[in-house]
Amino acid sequence: MIKLSLTVNGRRATADIDPRTLLVDFLRSNLRLTGTHVGCDTSQCGACTVHLNGQSVKSCAVLAASCEGAEVVTIEGLATGTTLHPMQEAFREHHALQCGFCTPGMIMAGVDIVNRHGAKLDEATIRKELEGNLCRCTGYHNIVRAIETGAAAMAGAKVAAE
Amino acid sequence: MTDQGIGASVKRKEDLRFITGKGQYVDDINRHGQAYAVFARSPVAHATINNIDVSEALASPGVLGVYTGADLAADKIGGLICGWMIHSKDGSPMKAGAHPALAQGKVRYVGDHVAVVIAETLDQAKDAAGLIQVDYGELPAVVDVASAQAAGKAQIHDEAPGNTGYQWHLGDKDAVDAAFSKAAHVTKLDIVNNRLVPNAMEPRAAIGDYDAGQDQFTLYTTSQNPHVARLVLSAFIGIAPENKLRVIAPDVGGGFGSKIFIYAEETVCIWAAKKVGRPVKWVAERTEAFLADAHGRDHVTTAELAMDASGKILALRASTKANLGAYLSTFASSVPTYLYAPLLSGQYDIPAIYCEVDGAYTTTTPVDAYRGAGRPEATFVVERLIEVAARETGRDPAEFRRMNFIKSFPHQTPVIMAYDAGNYGASLDKALEMADYKGLAARKAESAKKGKLRGLGFSAYIEACGIAPSRAVGSLGAGVGLWESAEIRVNPVGTIEVLTGSHSHGQGHETTFAQVIASKLGVPIEQVSIVHGDTDKVQMGMGTYGSRSGAVGASAIVKASEKIIAKGKRVAAACMEVPEDSVDFENGEFLGRGTNKKMTFGEVALQAYVAHKFDPEVIEPGLKEGSFYDPKNFTFPSGVHIAEIEIDPETGHTRIDRWTAVDDFGILINPMIVEGQVHGGIAQGVGQAMLEHTVYDENGQLITGSFMDYTMPRADDLPSYNVAMTTTPCPSNPLGVKGCGEAGAIAAPPALINAITDALGHEDIAMPATPQAVWRAAQKSARKMAAE
Repeated sequence: MIKLSLTVNGRRATADIDPRTLLVDFLRSNLRLTGTHVGCDTSQCGACTVHLNGQSVKSCAVLAASCEGAEVVTIEGLATGTTLHPMQEAFREHHALQCGFCTPGMIMAGVDIVNRHGAKLDEATIRKELEGNLCRCTGYHNIVRAIETGAAAMAGAKVAAE
Repeated sequence: MTDQGIGASVKRKEDLRFITGKGQYVDDINRHGQAYAVFARSPVAHATINNIDVSEALASPGVLGVYTGADLAADKIGGLICGWMIHSKDGSPMKAGAHPALAQGKVRYVGDHVAVVIAETLDQAKDAAGLIQVDYGELPAVVDVASAQAAGKAQIHDEAPGNTGYQWHLGDKDAVDAAFSKAAHVTKLDIVNNRLVPNAMEPRAAIGDYDAGQDQFTLYTTSQNPHVARLVLSAFIGIAPENKLRVIAPDVGGGFGSKIFIYAEETVCIWAAKKVGRPVKWVAERTEAFLADAHGRDHVTTAELAMDASGKILALRASTKANLGAYLSTFASSVPTYLYAPLLSGQYDIPAIYCEVDGAYTTTTPVDAYRGAGRPEATFVVERLIEVAARETGRDPAEFRRMNFIKSFPHQTPVIMAYDAGNYGASLDKALEMADYKGLAARKAESAKKGKLRGLGFSAYIEACGIAPSRAVGSLGAGVGLWESAEIRVNPVGTIEVLTGSHSHGQGHETTFAQVIASKLGVPIEQVSIVHGDTDKVQMGMGTYGSRSGAVGASAIVKASEKIIAKGKRVAAACMEVPEDSVDFENGEFLGRGTNKKMTFGEVALQAYVAHKFDPEVIEPGLKEGSFYDPKNFTFPSGVHIAEIEIDPETGHTRIDRWTAVDDFGILINPMIVEGQVHGGIAQGVGQAMLEHTVYDENGQLITGSFMDYTMPRADDLPSYNVAMTTTPCPSNPLGVKGCGEAGAIAAPPALINAITDALGHEDIAMPATPQAVWRAAQKSARKMAAE
């Protein structure tokens, strides 16, 4: 067992873990943050997408032990209190989810796309950037709409904050 | 209430928990003291089990138990069942071997369940499963359905000689033969409907829990129909009587058919929970899902269409070999028979149809219902035949369809179905306009200038949904009735709980069913809770599949709400001191006709429970009503999809330029949700037509066993869709709804292949039309063009 200390959704978390523990299992089992999902064994589906030090990662492909001192944000940490993140709002507004299983990963990926590309996203960019996230329900149509809207709303929120 | 009721695109009530990570899927549930199950699966496709040595696994750290088929047999646990009896042409019942939850004596596909290890941790269970020693006596694999029944093939079940499950047929063979003999033109196609893996994003999972104090079993499972699971686990498999077995299907992450069935894993988990005295949890890894979730499709068909000189269709015949896999899954027998051949009339007036189907066993994963279930296979046959027939006879494919459309209703087809309503020309007109069909020639020329091949393909599909009238399916061999139940519990303050036997695994019932209540009872959807997925809460139900939740499930809610209104009127009449027959219910208020007396819905609910103002000998206190609704017919959603594609002959890449979908689902409860269903269905259909393919090698090893190998449609494989509706209300249920869940998956594959073959100028391409396949086919087009 090794000692792990990191920050998850703004709160400090410390645990003794088996060195082979994956970040996704640490989040789900140790911290009971079950919003991060496991949909495959091969880092193909993206249901486990979280932000690690501000960047989108597939938490099934990250050893928890490599996250010492890191800052992790999961779907549970995206809203501010009861105020949803603009990307969460956009997913609801555009019916960008059906069964909801891929949704946390999609939203985390969507926020990351905006962080990297800015608010002006064309459809082709969004579709290309979603290469790492699978959805079996929506056919992606409404997810693309949601990320377009979420991007604009994030930009608006940023301007308002400044 | 119109902003929330039937027809409003209300945002979904269930979304908040899903977008904040607070959904509760089976894998998110943990029971105190739970242990973990890992299955040892067969690494070979076909073998006798000469010996299983579990001693080393049993001694492995943390192991609580290791069980095999012998342990199930010793406890008299029955095998998995198939719930639909099919009779062969000769009248004999279908042939099925035993399907034990853990193999007994033989394994029949790679992934077949050989043993289970229960351990303190998942890692310990995995480690121990690797220590189980099995002595296999390998037998030849049988993979290809086209040759599975051939002489000399290995025999998979002793009970099914020649690997034949049944040789079934439907229709009037003599009438069809006579029509073909006088046909002016016959179009013939050999068709392979490729095998698919459903791949709901949430892998299957189960937790078995046994309370020794109460002698009570609880199973948490990823099910589309928890009550059917309880029925089968109780009455057939023998886990426990129904009153001692609770089945909970909480949030379920997609199903597409694959979570209808009662599988080995949940059977073993609930049984083993009592065995080890601990809750037992199992969660499929994705590769296990590929190996052990029932697959879909896998038909090989020869089909012919006969027409007269004027282009009128005279007859259709089809001969299909359908792959059943290694065992008959829960509804496997019905999919290539009664869910397939009765749809071969499509939207067309075809006087004579004959279809014969051989259901054959192979040493592959069982095959059962996958989104559309038989109807995509039928539609692919019909719409490919129609398109090619139009091309062969020099007719416009749109107008050829139109001239053969059924134009008056009701219409009795020669293959069981009585279509109740439709307006196929309306969908076609709208689709042609939206797709700018008139501009196609110019766009083709534009593409040609760039060295690209452009093509357009139609699919005018029909499906039979709202499954199904119980007596009708009973007469065809179904072992169950296919009604649905609803119970409306009005609380004393006027809030409502609706208990439904339908199950939502993405469909949005918490919203749409509340909208039905809003329309019928005038109660805001915020005050309505939909309760589903728990056999201790909902008494009985048949679940969600076959686009039945609206037509059957919501119709039951309408029937129950009518009873609530009737009871409410009696209570209101007593309270307002007016005659019962002079109370009207409008916009959530009970009105004394011809008086200024009125009571709100909430006031009446309160009075129903306070019970001060009526005679209990005449009116019982309380306000709770239930209904079991059994539909009088199937529903017949239909529509026209048009795919337009552009092929780069240098790379074989096919770009979907535009997708037009015009569907007639009758009355829409929530258009936003309906459109979402269409989008998702199209994506799965495009996946089948262009990307997805399940490949076994000659030894029966699954080559496409992960997302690395099996091509799931991704965002950049797909276009945005142009979706519109036409509306012909369904006359067969009180809401006028038809169902929309499967339409896209049914419509899309022939539209796309018709478009690709239009671009190629020949018909020689099979699904999936991958870039490699299209490139090869395009080379043939180039040679053909050069020769011309």
